[in-house]
Amino acid sequence: MQRVAVLRFPGSNRDYDALTAAERAGCEAYFVWHRDRHLQGADVVILPGGFSYGDYLRSGAIARFSPVMQAVQQHAAEGGGVVGICNGFQILCEAGLLPGALVRNARLSFVAKPVDLVVQRTDTVFTAAFATGDRVRVPVAHGDGRFVADPHTLDRLEGEDCVVVRYLTPGAGIEANPNGSERDMAGICNPAGNIVGLMPHPENATDALQGSVDGRGFFKSLVAWPALAGRR
Amino acid sequence: MTFRVHVRVVPRAGLLDPQGQAVEHALGALGFGGVGRVRVGRAIELDVAAASRDEAEAHARQMCDRLLANPVTEDYLVDVEEA
Repeated sequence: MQRVAVLRFPGSNRDYDALTAAERAGCEAYFVWHRDRHLQGADVVILPGGFSYGDYLRSGAIARFSPVMQAVQQHAAEGGGVVGICNGFQILCEAGLLPGALVRNARLSFVAKPVDLVVQRTDTVFTAAFATGDRVRVPVAHGDGRFVADPHTLDRLEGEDCVVVRYLTPGAGIEANPNGSERDMAGICNPAGNIVGLMPHPENATDALQGSVDGRGFFKSLVAWPALAGRR
Repeated sequence: MTFRVHVRVVPRAGLLDPQGQAVEHALGALGFGGVGRVRVGRAIELDVAAASRDEAEAHARQMCDRLLANPVTEDYLVDVEEA
């Protein structure tokens, strides 16, 4: 059974949601405190959403120095799965595990609403249960969600197939892209696909009570991924 | 010696700065004409113990590169004075 460690920083607030979603997908999930230095045999580490350290300085900037992040760096380097959701994505960028950065939404306001995404890459730790082109509706909830990087990095992300999900834009332009992210990028990964960051919250679309169950596929992916990646 | 270091962090030129735009519009609404290119960043002050002004500045620049500024999105300026 996939062992999934959900990290908890001071200010994490989607930790229970992520844990529950992983459990319901069939994973053995447990919390790891940010001061711990061991991941307790995790196959996948989830950095959940929230406002770690109050978003002081920049979102994710302080959390990246938590003791547990050294273990995350090593886990990632060994090919282990690492998933950052929202604030977790911000932390992964600040830590240099993913390129680019997440800055203030283009229209300044905090956005909390369902958005439509299209899955672009399906051999990653968080999308292995999808087919390319699948459309999913999951919520976003963020103030600093605009993904930016220099043009060369954006080209590289596209060239190396590292765009995992995009905001679906039926028209064009900024209409369906809730934060002004470059090239509608909602989630990216490293070339190997074992490190994934995304701004939307699939853990909040895993129960009928939440209005959508489209997010379940992301957590089923945690289970489907090892075989795909040739691990164990 | 102790030096007072002033760090100014601003969004990188060319990067959309919606806060700067909002402030620019608000200034225009207040009747302040001829205002352009408003950028909103942050100022950080810190006391640094160092043997010389150059050493204090070098330390401050390391702090900026590693924590105080995001190298992807921000530029910084460092001013050093004797505390």
